[in-house]
Amino acid sequence: MANSISVNLISGRTIQQGVAIESGKEKPSYRTACGIIEMDSTDLKKLGAWKNTNVKVTTDYGSVIVKAVEATQGPHPGVAFIPMGPWANSVVSDNTYSTGMPTFKGTPAKVEIAMNEPVLLGIELVQKQCGVKVG
Amino acid sequence: MTKVITDVICPFCGTLCDDIEVTVSDDGKKLLEVANACVIGTEKFLHSQSSDRVMKPRLRQDDGSWKEISYEDAADYTAKLLAKAKKPLMYGWSSTNCEAQSVGNEIAEIAKACCDNTAAVCHGTTLIAVQDIGLPTCTLGEVKNRADRVIFWGCNPAHAHPRHMSRYSIFPRGFFTGKGQMSRKLVVVDPRCTDTAKMADMHLQVEQGRDYELLNALRIALKGEWLPDVVAGIPSEKIREAADTLKSGRFGIIFFGMGVTQSLSKNHNIDEAIALTKDLNEYTKYSIMPMRGHYNVTGSGEVFAWQFGFPYSVDLTRGFARYNPGDTSSIDLLARGEVDAMFTIGSDPGAHFPISAVKAIANVDSVCIDPHLTPTSGVSKLHVPVAFNGVECGGNCYRMDNVPIDCRKVVEPPQGMITDEAFLIMVRDRLKKLKGVA
Ligand code: SF4
Repeated sequence: MANSISVNLISGRTIQQGVAIESGKEKPSYRTACGIIEMDSTDLKKLGAWKNTNVKVTTDYGSVIVKAVEATQGPHPGVAFIPMGPWANSVVSDNTYSTGMPTFKGTPAKVEIAMNEPVLLGIELVQKQCGVKVG
Repeated sequence: MTKVITDVICPFCGTLCDDIEVTVSDDGKKLLEVANACVIGTEKFLHSQSSDRVMKPRLRQDDGSWKEISYEDAADYTAKLLAKAKKPLMYGWSSTNCEAQSVGNEIAEIAKACCDNTAAVCHGTTLIAVQDIGLPTCTLGEVKNRADRVIFWGCNPAHAHPRHMSRYSIFPRGFFTGKGQMSRKLVVVDPRCTDTAKMADMHLQVEQGRDYELLNALRIALKGEWLPDVVAGIPSEKIREAADTLKSGRFGIIFFGMGVTQSLSKNHNIDEAIALTKDLNEYTKYSIMPMRGHYNVTGSGEVFAWQFGFPYSVDLTRGFARYNPGDTSSIDLLARGEVDAMFTIGSDPGAHFPISAVKAIANVDSVCIDPHLTPTSGVSKLHVPVAFNGVECGGNCYRMDNVPIDCRKVVEPPQGMITDEAFLIMVRDRLKKLKGVA
């Protein structure tokens, strides 16, 4: 059991993400579908986290609170997956190495338990990070 | 009485299923049921009917609240924003039809804007590779009728293109593939044991980001040359077995996705995948195809290419089209802080760009044309909701294999709402006046 573990972070589409973006990104269902990190059961054990615990994911480019869930398409020890969306993109580098395309897959990340911190809604998360005043 | 409309096109993903059946009310105003689509496609149609939909353009006020304005005022605001800006970025285009894209290009020319589509964050690197070494490709109909070796490399159609496998690539019984799934061998390359990989005859669980090495090793294995014991996490015997499987078919197809376009080697991965396809053609017939995501991202590339000569990341600020990904591409422009006005249509960079680029959007004057509420509309100054493309208006779009298809309108948009094409025409005409263009 450790306070934090290191993983290789990737993102991508899930069918739940597809349904959620079509049913409304302002809704909590978007957070349920994409405000998560899918981790291998061995990695969850290493971290000492129960399934469905909130965790803080930190990279060189930012940090975000998401809910840790057990990988649905595993096993993939050492690899963690956040569905594509603002949660994943809060911790991704914008360096495109002159291709126009950021490296969305393969970001070294640290995951630690953050039981009492909330997972924000999608639009709220982006507005907060951008400092948008909301009336 | 209700009416059933058949042969409707689903405007969600690049598969562009054309067999959807939609039940609408007698007056054509309510969409009641959707048949044949996958869950995502069904949701796409049904969400247009939700009662909490935003119906009028809204301008953000100083206190952060929204004020409803008319489409005319919204078009004025947008035209002025583009006329004033030195380097506006017009981004998106993938969830709208080719007709609207073409009007958008006229606007971009007058405004001397940078224009880009969502290939920037999906298959942009593929387009670079195709310009490097070409693309031996085919249509999905050929895959259905001929392919007996199907490779999904770094893509997960079970989640991203849910009916791709049942309509084209795995299950259908085609002319030369009469036994459907039994006639085909499925090879999946993915660092995760995805739901697609679980169906495969062979899954190569490549080490994440090592696709280039594995592609290269397969090329070596085809030639029967020496290989190290393990490449990219895969034992050499398994690589040789995979090479034999690929070689032994009569018609093979490599589909590839974000797993290769978005990991570190980017366009070089695709170069190598295309080179593998070329090598395989020494033994049998092979094709390769990108799994394009948005329903009309392919069309956007086509329209850009025939009007400007380049498929994405076009910079018109000097009055002629320049293309240089890394320099003229959206995320680089935003990251360097060069953009002074943001125009988004039919896409959601707020959710799908790295947050540092989104911050650059929030810092400038901006308009977001989208029927949905999104993180992009959440950070934009003006949000213009429009009719749902492919549901409330028709228009031309391109399937992932570059086949153009006409979308069908199935219901009327709510009263007073206009299409994105109509709104773009309003903006274009105003901008012409402001710039004194005939
Ligand atoms: S597979 Fe794609 S095009 Fe077909 S119904 Fe599903 S979302 Fe629509």
